[in-house]
Amino acid sequence: MSKVWKFGENLNTDEIIPGRFNITIDPLELAKNVFCEIKPEYAKSVQPSDVIVGGQNFGCGSSREHAPIAIKGSQAMCIIAPSYARIFFRNAINIGLPILECPEAAADINEGDDVDVNLATGEIVNHSNGHRYQAQPLPDFVLKIAEAGGIVNFLREHDIQELLA
Amino acid sequence: MGTLIEEIFSRKAGRAVQAGEILLLDVDYIMSHDNTTPLAIKAFREIGKPIFDKNRIVLHLDHAYPAPNVLAAENHKRIIEFVKEQELPYFFHQGVCHQVMIEEGFITPGAVVIGADSHSNTYGALGAFGAGLGSTEIAVAWVTGKCWFKVPETIRIELTGRTQPGVYAKDVMIYIAGQLGMDGATYRSVEFGGDYIASLPMNERIVFPNMSTEIGAKCGLIAADDVTIRYLESSTPARGPFEMFGPVNPRYERVVEIDVSTIPPQVACHPDVDNVKPLEQVAGLEVHEVYIGTCTNARYEDIELVAGMLKGKKVNPFTRVIVTPASERIYRRALQNGLIEILLDAGCTVTGTGCGACIGRHGGILAAGERALTTMNRNFIGRMGSPLSEVYLASPATAAATALTGKISDPREILENQ
Repeated sequence: MSKVWKFGENLNTDEIIPGRFNITIDPLELAKNVFCEIKPEYAKSVQPSDVIVGGQNFGCGSSREHAPIAIKGSQAMCIIAPSYARIFFRNAINIGLPILECPEAAADINEGDDVDVNLATGEIVNHSNGHRYQAQPLPDFVLKIAEAGGIVNFLREHDIQELLA
Repeated sequence: MGTLIEEIFSRKAGRAVQAGEILLLDVDYIMSHDNTTPLAIKAFREIGKPIFDKNRIVLHLDHAYPAPNVLAAENHKRIIEFVKEQELPYFFHQGVCHQVMIEEGFITPGAVVIGADSHSNTYGALGAFGAGLGSTEIAVAWVTGKCWFKVPETIRIELTGRTQPGVYAKDVMIYIAGQLGMDGATYRSVEFGGDYIASLPMNERIVFPNMSTEIGAKCGLIAADDVTIRYLESSTPARGPFEMFGPVNPRYERVVEIDVSTIPPQVACHPDVDNVKPLEQVAGLEVHEVYIGTCTNARYEDIELVAGMLKGKKVNPFTRVIVTPASERIYRRALQNGLIEILLDAGCTVTGTGCGACIGRHGGILAAGERALTTMNRNFIGRMGSPLSEVYLASPATAAATALTGKISDPREILENQ
């Protein structure tokens, strides 16, 4: 069971982690200040396996990778949103942060709800209201990158061709 | 068979591909600059594999060059050491990366080029695929020569008619941003076409793919035609045969038709690129700085237009008017043809080439409470300095008219009397 942290639309990379903290790329250091200006309680009490639910165009703004790294460092299990800013979407996949697209779930799930998320099938169950949602399942290659802990780790062990093999 | 992006990716994949498919493609060039290369070097060391093909790597120093502070200097030092260590043949510090990529002939129709910069979409102006990525992916491409892509759906923007005098590609693109919104094309390929696009020279065409980034697009594309080929042969070292192809029986997610003859000069107002108004609604607003530069609008023709409007006149003495040519090649030509002297006589400050004031680190930073009118592509809060400053986006002609008065001004009055 995962607890939900809910965020709004057009959440930008500076709201995820303000630029002044981008002097490090250490995930745990960045995680100390993730969402510090818009939801300061998050970094203090987030638990591994918690889920972030956001609005459309999640992660817009800068192309720098600190924003998804900070969220990954906080050990959240995944993000669910109706849509992501393009470069954030790629960066999240490449650093091994699972992200699901599901407008129905993002609209219906509230802060503090208890949910179960199956990353491989895209199935989301909201135990707080009994609703079920089906997200686009993550493609195999995204799961491979996530399992390896990011594309850098994947490439240490594998040839790039194995990504889509 | 397909949209222009499906055609480009199909040629590269060696088979017909469709929107929605995920591909692993060979990339022709991998671009990065002083802001993004240091992180790519770090990821490269972590991967621990050798460079796949050093002839595909192109590095630039442009974002903070010459270094305005010690941190930037250390980045430059690290990059230069890496270039020497890996014996990389393509290393430039002669202007904004995207302009130099085009001028040096790296961008040709059908090429697949990735860049660690969000405005890598610019390359679509020559019928190439260009897209911005994070630094980690640049390192991955350095060691593999490849990158994964999801073939995007396409929004076709059909532009017809001719603009009124005093209205330029920038006005049309700002108008499009206002219509579609800043997430109006997220993940999508945006194909710009129609008889208006066909009528434009390359410098004006570049504005559209360049700013497709601001509406969230993965890439912005214009099919290569005779204009493209003539430009490549006359202005770059690239030599053909070049492939000329366009969409074939395309299926578009959406087609947006715009008659450009009805569009007056436009301004994208603080704080979002889609906060667009006709110039007349914001005319008279005081500005403290006018900035003519960047990968959007600091090409020779832009500087020529501005110099023509400022010739024999003086800019407002309390407005800082800064001109940053996009590349050394542009700078040199403007110098040889007397344009730089005209700008200096008018009271402009002409700086060295590069990204300049656009990223708010040097070359014209704004103080709290100040407002700039610029030829840039982006007006995020704090983009040019203080988070309490404001950035307005417009065409080079509007910038020149505004420079004379210190207030947002309509260029048509000056152009009519020229």
